[in-house]
Amino acid sequence: MIVVRVKKELIGQKGKFNLEVDFKVEKGEFLTIFGRSGSGKTTILRMIAGLEKPDEGYIEFDGKVYFDSSKKINIPPQKRNVGFVFQNYALFPNMTVFENVAFALDKKKKENIEKVEEVLKLVELYNLKDRYPSSLSGGQQQRVALARAIIKNPDILLLDEPLSALDYSIRIKLQDELKKIHKMFNLTTLLVSHDKPEVFKLSDRVIYLEDGKIRKVGTPREVFIGKSISGKFSFYGTVLDIRKSDTVKIVTVDINGNLVEVVTTTEDLNIGDEVLVGAKAFNPIIKKIN
Amino acid sequence: MLEVLKQIDYSPFLLTFKLAIITTLFLFLIGLPIAYFLAYSKFRLKSAIEAAVALPLVLPPSVLGFYLLLITSKNGFLGKLWQEYFGHQLAFHFEGIVLASIIFSFPFMVHPLTAGFRSINKSLIEASYTLGKSKLETVFRVILPNMKPAILTGITLSFAHTIGEFGVVLMVGGSIEGETKVVSIAIYDAVEKIDYTTAHVYSAILFGISFFVLLVVYMLNKRFEVR
Repeated sequence: MIVVRVKKELIGQKGKFNLEVDFKVEKGEFLTIFGRSGSGKTTILRMIAGLEKPDEGYIEFDGKVYFDSSKKINIPPQKRNVGFVFQNYALFPNMTVFENVAFALDKKKKENIEKVEEVLKLVELYNLKDRYPSSLSGGQQQRVALARAIIKNPDILLLDEPLSALDYSIRIKLQDELKKIHKMFNLTTLLVSHDKPEVFKLSDRVIYLEDGKIRKVGTPREVFIGKSISGKFSFYGTVLDIRKSDTVKIVTVDINGNLVEVVTTTEDLNIGDEVLVGAKAFNPIIKKIN
Repeated sequence: MLEVLKQIDYSPFLLTFKLAIITTLFLFLIGLPIAYFLAYSKFRLKSAIEAAVALPLVLPPSVLGFYLLLITSKNGFLGKLWQEYFGHQLAFHFEGIVLASIIFSFPFMVHPLTAGFRSINKSLIEASYTLGKSKLETVFRVILPNMKPAILTGITLSFAHTIGEFGVVLMVGGSIEGETKVVSIAIYDAVEKIDYTTAHVYSAILFGISFFVLLVVYMLNKRFEVR
């Protein structure tokens, strides 16, 4: 189990604000930190990895203390067993795919070479092992970064919006792959994302972060849907277009690539809004028959 | 024509290249840690160090040469030590002009290296740290291999600048045959003696070499860019 209780002053768009979070990650759990950009999500990952120092707080991994401001403990990133996938992948341009992944391990032992090859096969990159990162597509680069991050069996895998720069179809494929790898190794994973469908698909639990504070914690369903709608038939989507027609509006919504048109009278809808499209269950009615 | 070329003494060239190679080697070894510090440190007095490094760019060589002469001569602080350990003074000797060249070419090595360190994406360095690699290992396996153009630029500029320097070497080294008389000074001497043939040959060779060195740099840089 990983315990994180940290405070740090950050500078955002609206000036200074305090990042102040307190949460635990259970072993084998897939936890997502969800929030708008600038809410402090990435900083949390960086503090866990030791790349940034909290102003005060406490970080513990399975009983090992990584950071404790009251005891002046701050273990450097090299000695924290984490796998970090950066938003820009951070692959070493001077190394081949194979060398990038092997970099995580100690000198070239025979068993290490086999291990690298095994992981490369797992992420379907074995055929590309002698290529340089600059000749790979975004999705392939992302997989190299993932392979490099998991090869040392980290205590936690930290993913900093790893799929945000990719095309829709590749994103879906990689989400499946992430899920597969997570299950396969039972890898404790902490994802940072601002993409609701992604959060739904991948996470066991979500932390909703706003202005540096945790607003809600729970399953994606609890956090995003709440109890306002009891529909059994509902989808998340993004508003693409709003047309006025007499007194109602016709809204075009993109639901995971499917476009649907919905008639609504809701006033405060704007293009780009995240919406929930649902149909309420029919209410059974009882009528006396003569 | 060939007879004339054969009669000319080419030893100043040997001396010049010896000076340039030794100077560049020292500069690279000294410049690397300083550039690393300038690129990544958040030290408050960093600007002062940056200014000191860049000083040889703006100081007249005579000013620099004058101070260096004071330090390296028999009564100077460094010259005295040198005399005690090596039995001859630092000024007017080869070691003296090596020291002068290192200081004079300092910004030509440190500036490209600093720019090179800064050009490395921070996340590459952080990725290396999270993969368990120390700062030193990160420098040698991640940072330096990815700033080859900057290293090449630093080495070539220092080399070329050392070949071309005149004022500082003249002040500190004088013009002693086989010891401190480098090509640029030999040309000056030849002109003074109205030996235009020698001056012509030396100048033409220096001209060609300088152009060739720079050509190689730009061609190599282009190759790095492509990959």
